[in-house]
Amino acid sequence: MADKESKTVSELTWQDMRFGNIYTKPGSAVRLKTGDWRTERPVVDKEKCNKCGLCWLYCPDSALTPLEDGYYEPDLDYCKGCGICSHVCPKEAITMIEEEEI
Amino acid sequence: MSRRVALEGSFAAAEAAKMADVDIVAAYPITPQTHIVERLAEMVANGELKAGYIPVDSEHSAMSACSGASAAGARTFTATASQGFFLMHEVLYWVSAMNQPVVMAVCNRAVAPPQNIWADYSDAMTARDTGWIQLFAVNNQEVFDFILSGFRIGEDARVLLPVMVHLDGFTLTHVIEPVILPEQEEVDRFLPKYQHPFVLNPDKPMSYAVISSPDIYSETKKAQDVNLRQSKEVALQVWNEFGDVFGRYYLPIDRYRCEGAKTLLMTMGSLSETAKVAIDRKRARGEDVGLIILHLWRPFPFEELYQAVEDAELLIVFDRCISLGGPGGPPFSEVRSALFDRRKDIKVVGLVGALCGRNLSVEQFEEMIDRGREIAEKGSKEIFETIGIRG
Repeated sequence: MADKESKTVSELTWQDMRFGNIYTKPGSAVRLKTGDWRTERPVVDKEKCNKCGLCWLYCPDSALTPLEDGYYEPDLDYCKGCGICSHVCPKEAITMIEEEEI
Repeated sequence: MSRRVALEGSFAAAEAAKMADVDIVAAYPITPQTHIVERLAEMVANGELKAGYIPVDSEHSAMSACSGASAAGARTFTATASQGFFLMHEVLYWVSAMNQPVVMAVCNRAVAPPQNIWADYSDAMTARDTGWIQLFAVNNQEVFDFILSGFRIGEDARVLLPVMVHLDGFTLTHVIEPVILPEQEEVDRFLPKYQHPFVLNPDKPMSYAVISSPDIYSETKKAQDVNLRQSKEVALQVWNEFGDVFGRYYLPIDRYRCEGAKTLLMTMGSLSETAKVAIDRKRARGEDVGLIILHLWRPFPFEELYQAVEDAELLIVFDRCISLGGPGGPPFSEVRSALFDRRKDIKVVGLVGALCGRNLSVEQFEEMIDRGREIAEKGSKEIFETIGIRG
C-alpha cells in the first residue's frame, strides 16, 4: 500500500496494486494530471478582469489558482478546458483558445 | 455438542448467517430465495439475531446497501436468484474490486424467458468474470458449511473478497434434509469477529475505487486476478481448519470412486448425488467409472483438476447451463481448455441437460456415461450434445 501511495501512476506495477481500489491517503487525484484531455485553454485578459473570483468558484476541478495580486491563473496540469470560467465571467475577460493555435 | 436437525436448504443458509453473527442483511425477495430472507427477517424481528435488516427496493439496491455496510465494517449477508441476480450484476463488480467480503447465497434458477422459477446454472455462470469466489453446494449441510467457511475465507486479510454460495433452487432451498448444526461456541472459535483493515472512518479518510486512467487500470485488474487465484490456498487452509473443528473436510474438487477409473463424469450441485448412484451401479457391474464434483468454480481449481483426471482417458462434463451459440456449457469449455495443453491424451466430452429444474434420473446419468464413451470413440456431429431433451 505504501508504494502505491508514494509512486507516480506510471511507476506503479501490478504488484503495487494489491487491494488496488482502496487508497488510504486522501488527495490521490492530485497525482492524476488531466490537463492533456484539453482541446481549448482559458486565457485571462487582466485588462478586463475585476478580480471577482467567479471563475475560481465555478471551476469544477479547482484548476484556477488565486494569485497574490488578486488575479486568477488557470492551472494547466488539471484544467480540462471545459470553458465554464469563460462562460460565467461577467467581464468576458476569459477567452477559450484552441490548443492548436498556441 | 452439535445437533442433527431437519432443515430445508434455505433455513440452513439463514442459520449459517445467524451463527456467523452477521451485522447487516440487505435483501429483496425472489423465488426460490424467499425463505432465506424471510427467516432472517424473523430472526432479526424476534431478537434471535442482533443485526440490521435493510428492506430495499430492488436487488441493485440490495447489493449497493451490502457494499456500503461492508465498507463501514459490517459482516454482511444477502441472497438472491436468477432475474434478481441480474439486476444486481453491475454492483457485483464493485464489491469484489473494492475488496468487500460480502457473502451471498445464490439460489440457482433458470433465466427467463420462458418465465420460470426452477433450478439450473444459467444465472450462476454469468458471474464467472465478476471477481467473486464461487462455491457450489451439493446438499444442505454443504450450504451451511460453505456459508460459514465463506465468511472466514472472504474475510481473511490475505483475501478480502466476496463469496457466492450456490444452492439449487427448490432441490436444496425447499427440500428438508438432516443438517448438523454446531454449537455457537464452536462457530465463534472458528470464525473470529469481523475485522477489515480498510474500514471507512471519518477520522481516517480513505478513497474507494477512484478514477483509473489507461495508465493503471490493467495493473489494478491483474492484481485483482492474482488475489482471486491466490485465495484458493487460503480456502484450502480454512477448510482444513474447518474439518479439524467440525469434522467435515472440503476440497475444491471431490473425488468419488475414482480409483482406477478410466472414465470420469464431472458434475456440480445437487444432481451430483444422483450421479453417485449411477456410478455405484456401474461399478457394481465392473465398469471402471468415477465421479468428480466441482465445489470451487472461482477461482478455478486447475491443479486439483489435473490431479483428479491423472489416470483418466475420458472426462464427461455434465453442464446444467446452455451457452447459446457458444462452445458448450461454461464448465465444459473451461475444463477442456484447461486440459488442452496438459493432457493431449484425454478426451473431454460435454453434455447439457436438467435445465430449469428438469429431473435427471439415475438411468439417464448411466446413459450419459455410455453416450460419452460413444462420442469419444466415434465422434459427434455436435460441438456438445444434450441429454433428456426431446427431438
